Amino acid sequence: MAKKPVNFTLNGDARAAFAEDGQNLLEFLRRGVGDMSPKYGCGQGTCGACTVMIDGETQLSCLVLAEAVDGKEVRTASGLPSPALDPLQVAFMENFAAQCGYCTPGMLVSARALLDRNPRPSREEVIEAISGNLCRCTGYETIIQAILAVAEGRVRA
Amino acid sequence: MATHRGRGFAAINYPIGMNLGGDPSQALVHSNPDGKFTVALSAIDLGQGMKSVTRQIAAETLGVPVEDVYVDTADSDTGPHDMGSFASRGTHRMGNAVIQASNEARSVMLEAAAEELEVDAADLVTDGKGNIHVKGAPSRSITTMAAAQAAQFKQGRTIAGRGIFLIPLSEVDPDTGEMTPVSCFAHAAMLVDVEVDDETGEVAVIDMQSAYEVGRALNPKLVEQQLRGGAWMGMSHAIWETTEPYYPSREHGPEDFNSYLMPGPGDLAPHHISVLERPAPDGPYGGKGPGEMCANPVLPAVVNAVYDAIGVRIDDLPVTPEKVLRGLRAQGGAKPRRML
Amino acid sequence: MIEFRKEFFANERDDDLNEIGKPTRRQDILGHVTGRSPFFDDHQFDGLLHLRCVRSPHHHARIRRVDASQAEKMPGVVRVLTGKDVPANLNTLLSLLDFGIDDEPILSDKKVAYRGEPVAAVIAATEAQARAAVKAVRVDWEVLPHVLDVEEAIKPGAPKVLDIYPNNKFVYHGKYDHQKLRFGDVEAAFASADHIVEGRYQMSPIEQAPIETCGAIAAPEQNGRYVCYTSTQALFFSLGTAAKVLQTPSSKLHFVGGTVGGGFGGKVDSIHEPLAILGAMLTGRPVKYAWDREEEMQVGAPRGAERWYIKDAVNRDGRITARKFIGYFDSGAYTRLSSYAIIKGVGHLPGPYTIPNVYADVYCVYTNRTPATAMRGFGITGVDFAIETHMDKVAETVGLNPIELRILNSYRDGDMKAHRREAKNCALVECCQVVAEKAGVTLSAEAKAATSMTGGGGERARIPNYTATDQNGRVEGFDTGSYARKGGGTSPVSASAPPNPQPARAPQPASPPPSAKTPEQAPPRSGPPPQPPGARPAASRSGAMRFSSLAGFRRR
Repeated sequence: MAKKPVNFTLNGDARAAFAEDGQNLLEFLRRGVGDMSPKYGCGQGTCGACTVMIDGETQLSCLVLAEAVDGKEVRTASGLPSPALDPLQVAFMENFAAQCGYCTPGMLVSARALLDRNPRPSREEVIEAISGNLCRCTGYETIIQAILAVAEGRVRA
Repeated sequence: MATHRGRGFAAINYPIGMNLGGDPSQALVHSNPDGKFTVALSAIDLGQGMKSVTRQIAAETLGVPVEDVYVDTADSDTGPHDMGSFASRGTHRMGNAVIQASNEARSVMLEAAAEELEVDAADLVTDGKGNIHVKGAPSRSITTMAAAQAAQFKQGRTIAGRGIFLIPLSEVDPDTGEMTPVSCFAHAAMLVDVEVDDETGEVAVIDMQSAYEVGRALNPKLVEQQLRGGAWMGMSHAIWETTEPYYPSREHGPEDFNSYLMPGPGDLAPHHISVLERPAPDGPYGGKGPGEMCANPVLPAVVNAVYDAIGVRIDDLPVTPEKVLRGLRAQGGAKPRRML
Repeated sequence: MIEFRKEFFANERDDDLNEIGKPTRRQDILGHVTGRSPFFDDHQFDGLLHLRCVRSPHHHARIRRVDASQAEKMPGVVRVLTGKDVPANLNTLLSLLDFGIDDEPILSDKKVAYRGEPVAAVIAATEAQARAAVKAVRVDWEVLPHVLDVEEAIKPGAPKVLDIYPNNKFVYHGKYDHQKLRFGDVEAAFASADHIVEGRYQMSPIEQAPIETCGAIAAPEQNGRYVCYTSTQALFFSLGTAAKVLQTPSSKLHFVGGTVGGGFGGKVDSIHEPLAILGAMLTGRPVKYAWDREEEMQVGAPRGAERWYIKDAVNRDGRITARKFIGYFDSGAYTRLSSYAIIKGVGHLPGPYTIPNVYADVYCVYTNRTPATAMRGFGITGVDFAIETHMDKVAETVGLNPIELRILNSYRDGDMKAHRREAKNCALVECCQVVAEKAGVTLSAEAKAATSMTGGGGERARIPNYTATDQNGRVEGFDTGSYARKGGGTSPVSASAPPNPQPARAPQPASPPPSAKTPEQAPPRSGPPPQPPGARPAASRSGAMRFSSLAGFRRR
């Protein structure tokens, strides 16, 4: 099976690795590169646990071919601290916005992308931004509160 | 065509732990030479907060700050036997095991401190901030770190403890069902407000008011996590979820999250929670287990609210738009009850 | 939106502790928000292989032949497993509690009893190769008639889901085809009631739907041991199951877990660990076996469906004087945990109310669907839905406010419960009062003044002078060494599990004629039964360690 070289930027660092033929970005990042923060939840693009940013846009990494990120910038939850914790990470900790923690990396990436393009979102805009990220534990309210806390400047970075 | 509002109520209790006992949990606690403690378990944290609640229980019992305790779970080479995280048993069963293990470790720590201070161990207390001192004489004190160092390098003592909690298995009478199920119960009452659209058949939960009695709330934020998330799941069970929408037929079974429906962040109802705490006599610091029962009252409360709103009783979960519309058609339109 | 009502039960609590009661941050939260918490699939292995199962497309079918010859030749395929590769290819989860009969193959080789049942497992270098090879395994099926409804399944002549159970019903205490609860005399109360309120309730099957699907990765460790990273909710349950199925001492197994992406009951069945370890044993390489989302939804055991019939005798003033339940748990094709759920459910009846006459017959019924298992509220959620919907009907019948009705009938400290133990530590009344107050529902002065600590006991603490009992549903020939068998049979049964589901002894008709002689009963015991001379040590019966409190003490 042909392997394809993929040169890309992961959380600001230049990376090069070989992708298996037909391998999706999720498996490539996890097994090929070793970034375990994007999670497998469905492989169907319906749960959001594998959400990453590609050139600043949120994408479901289970639906993206690994080779498609060649030459692009990929950002994952493990790269949010730079190096101090992202205010969103602090807010999730303070607001008890995670229980099992499995949806958390994808949720944080969606929230980061929202705040990058809209630093002062309304509650409705927060809901819209995370509506592709399923959580089975929290009932979402604490997550919404954590994101709003950052948007309203109530969290120190 | 209109929306109809209704209110529904339900009240429940819930048994904590495997029903008939016979479900032991073990814990091991030991100190490093600097007075930092490790709790080794094979219990599972699947989001409920097992690592966190046992950490607080261990810190409370040992008399040290919570930062000085780390819970390691689950590795079968180091964590002793535990039945597992199910049946709301984790906090209750493992919590008690951790208390026993921590008490044993604490008594060695106090003996080590007593030897250093040249006093009787029975006269020593901990301040929960990392110090051990003579009762009533805070100046005659030693840090837990110094006591641990002395124990390890000078006195040759192991600051360690073993704990187990077991409610022995009880039996059931086949003819009467006489049995000794569990040892304590959690309680809840729930009132929901719904809106039913008689054109689409859709039911929206618009408000939830609850009271949960959880024993002592060992960590109020962890309790809130369970109650909030659990009530969300109860609402989801009531009007959204099933693997077999035409049960007993197996057809049309969902295979992904596009067809297995759950409320999203835009479908939430405000949930006003009141927590009551009647300590369980045999619970760790009176704690029970709120993790499962929090969902239960929502299902019947929603069904009752739908009846209150439109007069259609749907005794077959979930309350789908199809069932609502069929019910409305059968009785010739909405007949609000207004019972509450 | 949350308040702690410290004024309730304040005299029973010491609220002045150092750590207990504090909103301390979760120990695991930093790992969660940085994506570093180590879930089972977050462990890297060089040369990791992937296992996927060949599954039945039929609800019920005999397996004539499994032909993996094409699959074995496909790219990346390392090995195909079938039932004959599994050292002990029959298990029931609660055998670790000595409860029930081994009834479920790990990889079925005689017949399948639900759609999705695994009959072979392909191990390949990539998941895609494993998926492709699964499609190439040829199975020659003989399709059998199936039954999907609980009440259809127990009718005479219904297709037999499993041969070992009479009329598709689990056998309790080796004695009855259902679990009974008898307290007082419900029929007498019905005869003198002001109102009779009846209902039928159907609880739906529900998927636990953790965002992390179930799975395990196993790998050869050192010194002949195998490490297994798992999403299990019960580490030693899974370890014990693997030890039993693989006929391997626990010292050869090293299980690591504890950080799990949600469970809700769906991760206790220990399905993945034995096969992943077997794969590692037979290939000498790390093997991952995990469900995809579709398998999690339809093959993973759901919260089982339940059907409940409730009949109440009610006084004009709203007091419930009798409550009768007929319940059917849909266990699906195998037992898993349903039999236990029923005992838990029966101990919970009639709900949090003091009712002087209570009756229940609850059946664990086998149907040709995915086996049911635990889910949040296991054994209770379904019947609570039934009870509390029914309470609303009672309230309407007598014209009482539904909250008032609950308080009126609520159990209090000192009351006798239907399972004949005294209620204590009650708090239902207070929960009802708090909600009524918050929601602006007006209660009577009496309901407002009620408490859980008062009004109980006395006459309400009494066990009925007369309880109507019966022998309905008596079965013969079953001696399923099982827990909760007080008064049940005690004679020994073959120490080794049969290689496939077949009756240990021919089952008798479910209901003997009324004239049938009541079989002699063994006296109730308080401890484990003694071993008869010459009985084989329990540990040897499967060659595997047990991990329950009963392990090694009970015979089968």
